[in-house]
Amino acid sequence: MGSTPFIEGQLDEAALDRQLKALIADVLGLDQAQAAAFGAESGLFGHLPELDSMAVAGLLTEMEDRLGIVIDDDDVDGEMLETYGGLLAFAQAKLDPLQTPS
Amino acid sequence: MIFTWNIPARDGGLAGDEMLLAFDRGRTARVLICPAWFDEANKLRRFTVEVMRRLDAAGIDSLLPDLPGCNESLVALQKQTLGEWRSGMAAAAQSLSATHVLAIRAGALVAPAELPGWHYAAQSGPKLLRGMIRARTIAAREAGISETSEGLMAIGRESGLMLGGWHIGAKMFRELEIAEPTVAHNQTEIAQSQIGGSGLWLRAEPDEDAGQADRLAALIADSIG
Repeated sequence: MGSTPFIEGQLDEAALDRQLKALIADVLGLDQAQAAAFGAESGLFGHLPELDSMAVAGLLTEMEDRLGIVIDDDDVDGEMLETYGGLLAFAQAKLDPLQTPS
Repeated sequence: MIFTWNIPARDGGLAGDEMLLAFDRGRTARVLICPAWFDEANKLRRFTVEVMRRLDAAGIDSLLPDLPGCNESLVALQKQTLGEWRSGMAAAAQSLSATHVLAIRAGALVAPAELPGWHYAAQSGPKLLRGMIRARTIAAREAGISETSEGLMAIGRESGLMLGGWHIGAKMFRELEIAEPTVAHNQTEIAQSQIGGSGLWLRAEPDEDAGQADRLAALIADSIG
């Protein structure tokens, strides 16, 4: 699977965005073009009926594997799971804690 | 296509009947399928049987026994242990005269070591538990109940746990915490990247992918020769 999205020690946000969209495409069975249309406000958990707790758990576990991060219980909250933007900001913060997600 | 197989009873009691789905035409190559578990079993069931159909077309028999406590089984899942599932699969391999094994995801944890074969996208016990426990904590949070992974692990070890609708007994839980798939001599790992596309166990809902089934079956058929 994809390597951690860093270029010369810097977090490559575009690469992370692509990886996260590809992962969501895998979970939702979308093609890459459909997933590419995901925006910051696109709703996830609570908005997509197929994205139940089991699917979200699978998504988070796969994020851990693909991005090389560890997601703790306390990390998982409504804000992080509600929109694509929330999930992306969470992943950015996990990969690069010094950088404050917008 | 639907048969039963006898699993030896513990304590020398009467043997239990479990379901078996098989493409059995008495051919030389007979592949025992160790299926994925729990939620992943549902998501991968169609894929698994599609691979079996392709093996059948390639002149290879395949045998898919139900694990005791799953699907149509009459015994309780919560009484099952990893050790008994392993010996059950070994008994199935012997009584069905399997020549090879194809283990799928957590099925690799119970694949008989003496059979040559393949582990497709093998899943470890700790990762299996982690995913299921995470699903439970997310659902609990949604319902306004406070549960922690750590707390659930402690309960699971002590008295078993209901995870995603599957009642996993305490012994099975403790066994899974340390269970890693072992690729035995003559067995080969097949990574998802060799099959192409994304693993169907990741999908939020069961799906199918003819291309993936083609490629996995072809890999096995080519290897059997």
